Amino acid sequence: MNLSVRLRAVGMALLAPLIAVVVAVLATTVVIAAAGSSPGDFWTAMFSNPLPRIRVNIVNQAAMIYIASVAAAIGFRMGLFNIGIEGQYTIASFAAASFAGAAFVGGFLNVVAALVVAVVVGAAWAGIAGVLRTSRGVSEVISTIMLNAIAVTLVGYLLNRYGVHEGNTVHTKKLPDSSQLDGFAPYEPRDGQVWALVILAVLLGVGFWVLLTKTRFGFDLRASGQSETAARASGIDPKRMIVISMLLSGAVAGLIWMPALFGGAGSYGTSFQVGLGFIGLGVALLGRNQPLGILFGAVLFAFLNAQSNTLTFSTDVAPSIVQITQGVAVLAVVVAYEVVRRWRSRLERRVVARELAPAGVTS
Amino acid sequence: MTTLVQTTARRAKQHWFLVVLAVIAIVSLVRIVSDTDDISSAGTIRAAIIATCPILMAALGGLWAERAGVVNIGLEGQMILGTWGAAFFAYHGGPWAGVVGAALFGVIGGLLHAVATVTFGVDHIVSGVAINLIGAGAATFLAEAIFSDLEGGGPNQLIGLESPTKITVPGISDASLDLASRGWFFVSDVAAFVGALTTSLSTLSILVFALVAISAWVLWRTPFGLRLRSCGENPQAAETLGVNVYLYKYIAVIVSGGLAGIGGGFLALVASSGFNTGQTGGRGFIGLAAMIFGNWRPGGLVAGALTFGYTDALRLRNAEAVHALLLLLAIGLLAYAAYRAVSGNLRAAVGIGVVGALLLVWYLGTETVPRDFTSMTPYVTTLLVLALGAQRLRMPAADGKPYRKGSAG
Repeated sequence: MNLSVRLRAVGMALLAPLIAVVVAVLATTVVIAAAGSSPGDFWTAMFSNPLPRIRVNIVNQAAMIYIASVAAAIGFRMGLFNIGIEGQYTIASFAAASFAGAAFVGGFLNVVAALVVAVVVGAAWAGIAGVLRTSRGVSEVISTIMLNAIAVTLVGYLLNRYGVHEGNTVHTKKLPDSSQLDGFAPYEPRDGQVWALVILAVLLGVGFWVLLTKTRFGFDLRASGQSETAARASGIDPKRMIVISMLLSGAVAGLIWMPALFGGAGSYGTSFQVGLGFIGLGVALLGRNQPLGILFGAVLFAFLNAQSNTLTFSTDVAPSIVQITQGVAVLAVVVAYEVVRRWRSRLERRVVARELAPAGVTS
Repeated sequence: MTTLVQTTARRAKQHWFLVVLAVIAIVSLVRIVSDTDDISSAGTIRAAIIATCPILMAALGGLWAERAGVVNIGLEGQMILGTWGAAFFAYHGGPWAGVVGAALFGVIGGLLHAVATVTFGVDHIVSGVAINLIGAGAATFLAEAIFSDLEGGGPNQLIGLESPTKITVPGISDASLDLASRGWFFVSDVAAFVGALTTSLSTLSILVFALVAISAWVLWRTPFGLRLRSCGENPQAAETLGVNVYLYKYIAVIVSGGLAGIGGGFLALVASSGFNTGQTGGRGFIGLAAMIFGNWRPGGLVAGALTFGYTDALRLRNAEAVHALLLLLAIGLLAYAAYRAVSGNLRAAVGIGVVGALLLVWYLGTETVPRDFTSMTPYVTTLLVLALGAQRLRMPAADGKPYRKGSAG
C-alpha cells in the first residue's frame, strides 16, 4: 500500500514534465514540417551522439543555466518573481570583470575577491527591488523589468567610457594570466575544457537543497511562498523574508557568468553571453524549482542549444528552432502541472468522500 | 514630466487649458534660453510620435488584459510575433495586409496566454515568461526559415517593405513648418506641433491613436466594457450577475495580444523599413510600464507612452537637446512642487523641490549629458513614480488573481 502510494506520487511528479516534453516535441515537429523541412532529419541530427567538443560545451552551458535557474527558483519558492536576473548578472559580471581586470591582488585571491564583488553587486541590484517592494509596495515584476533596462544601459555607458577599445569592439581590462583558471579537459585539447568554476553550479545546487530542506530559513521560505497568512501567523516576518530572498536570488544571479569569465572569456565585452537570466526563469519553471528538477532542465536546455549548432551541417533546419522547443516546453510544463494538480485534488476528494461515507453505502 | 503635469491636470480639471498653455510656455522658454531648437522642433515631435506608437499599442494591450484581471507580461513576445507577421504579410499583400498580419500573429500569442491563464489557471507571470520565450523563438526561427530566400531578406531581416500611406495636409503643413522655423516664443512651438501632425503623418499612427480612443470608449462607455472591467475588479460578483467571466477574459487577452502585435507591426512597417530580429528591444515591457505609470487609465497611458517616446526620440535626434531637457525637467518639478505647496502638502513639495533644484544645479554645472543617460530616463522615471506614487496608483482589484468558474459559490 505504502509503496504503491509512493510510486503513484513519483508517477504524478514525472507525469507533467513527460507531457511537456511530448508536447514540445510535437509542436517542434509540426513547425518544421510547416516550414517545409524534414522533421525526421532534424530529430536524427538532434539525437545523434554529441561530438566531444559539444559535450564539453553542454557541461559548461548547463552549469551557467543551472546557476541562473537556482537564482530564479529562490525567488519563485518565496512567491517572488525576480524577472531582473538578466540585469543583475549583467551588472555583476561587468563589476567582477572590471575588478578582476584591475588586478588589485594576484592569482587565486583575485578570483575569490572578484566572486565576492559579483555576489555583492548582484545582491545589491536585486535588493533595490526588494526594498522598493517592502517599503513602497512596488511590484517586483515591474521594478526588476525597469532595473534590467537600467543595468544594460549603465553597463553600456561605463564600458564605453572606461573600457579598452580595440578596433570596433570594447571590453574591460583582461584578467592577469595568474587569475585564469585551468579547467578540466576530458578529451583532446582542441575539444576544449570544462571550466573550473562549473564547480560553482554543483556547490550552489547542493547549497540550495540544504537551504530548502535542512534549515529554518528554507522552511520559512517555503512557508511564505505557499501561504503568506499562514507564515505570518507562525511568526515569520514577510517583509524580512522578501528582502532576504531577493538579496539571495540576486547574489546567486551575480555568479551566473563567472565560470565563463574565468574559464576563457577573460574580460567583459563581446564574449558576454546575454539572455541567460530569462532562460533561467524558464528552466526553474520546467524543473518545478527543485534542485534536481532544474538540473534536468538545465542539461536539457544546454543539450538543445549545443546540438542545434550542428544542424546547419546535416539539415536545412535553422538552429533557432530549439528556442521554440524550449519555449513550448516551459509553457506546456506549467499547464501540465496545473492540470495534474487539479486532477489529483479531485482524486483525493473522491478518496476522502469514499472513506467518510457511512458503511454499507457505496458511491 | 508629462505625467506630473497630467496628475496636476487631473486634480485641477477646470484649469486644464491653462495647464496646457503653461506647459507650452515653459517648453518654449527652455528652448529659447538653452538655444536648443530640437527640444520642440517639428522633426523631434514627428520622431516622438513614431517612437510613441509601438509603446502605446503595447500599453493599450496591457490595459485590455489587466482591466479584465489578467496580467500580460507576454506583451513583448506578442509584439515580436507581430513584427514577423507584419513583415510576412506586407511582403505578400502590401502594407495593410501587414497590419492585419501583425494583429493576427499577436492574437495567436494572446490566445496562448488566454488558454494558459484563463482555462488552465496558470500563474499569469509564469505564462507570460513562457510566451516571451516562444514569441522570440518563433520569430527568430521563422525569419531564418522563410525570409532568407525572399528578395530583401536574410536570416534575420526582411527590408524594403512598403509603408502605409503618409498624409500631408497641403497648405497648413508648409505654413506651420515655416512658422515653426521662425523661433518665435510660443507661436513657433505650437506651429511645430501642428506641422508635425500635418506633414507625412503615417495613417497607421492615426489608427493607433484612434484605437486608444475607441478602447477608452468601449471599456468605459459601453455595457460590454463595464462587464469586462467587472471581471478585473471582482469576477465572483460578475459571475453572480450572469457575466460569462471566462469569455470576457478570453476576449480581453486576445484583443491585448492583437494590439501588441499591431505595435510590433508598426515597428516593422513605419518606424523602420522592415523586419529585424530583436527589433522590439523590450518595448513590450516599456508599454507595460507606461500603463502602470498611467494608473491603468487610457489618458494616463498615453501620457506615459509619450514620455517614453519623446525622450527616446530626443536622444536619437540630438544628444545636446538632452541637456536642455534637464532644465525642462527642473522647471517642471519646481512648478509641481509649488503646486503641492499651495495645495497644502508641504512634505511632498519639499521632496520634489529638492529633486528639481538638484537637476537645475546639474544643468547649470555641466555642458552635456551622456547619451546613455537619456535612454535610462524613462526607466528611472517610472521607478521614481512607482516609488513615490505607488500609494496613489490603483490597479484593478482582482488583477493577476486566479479565478475559476463556480468559485462564487
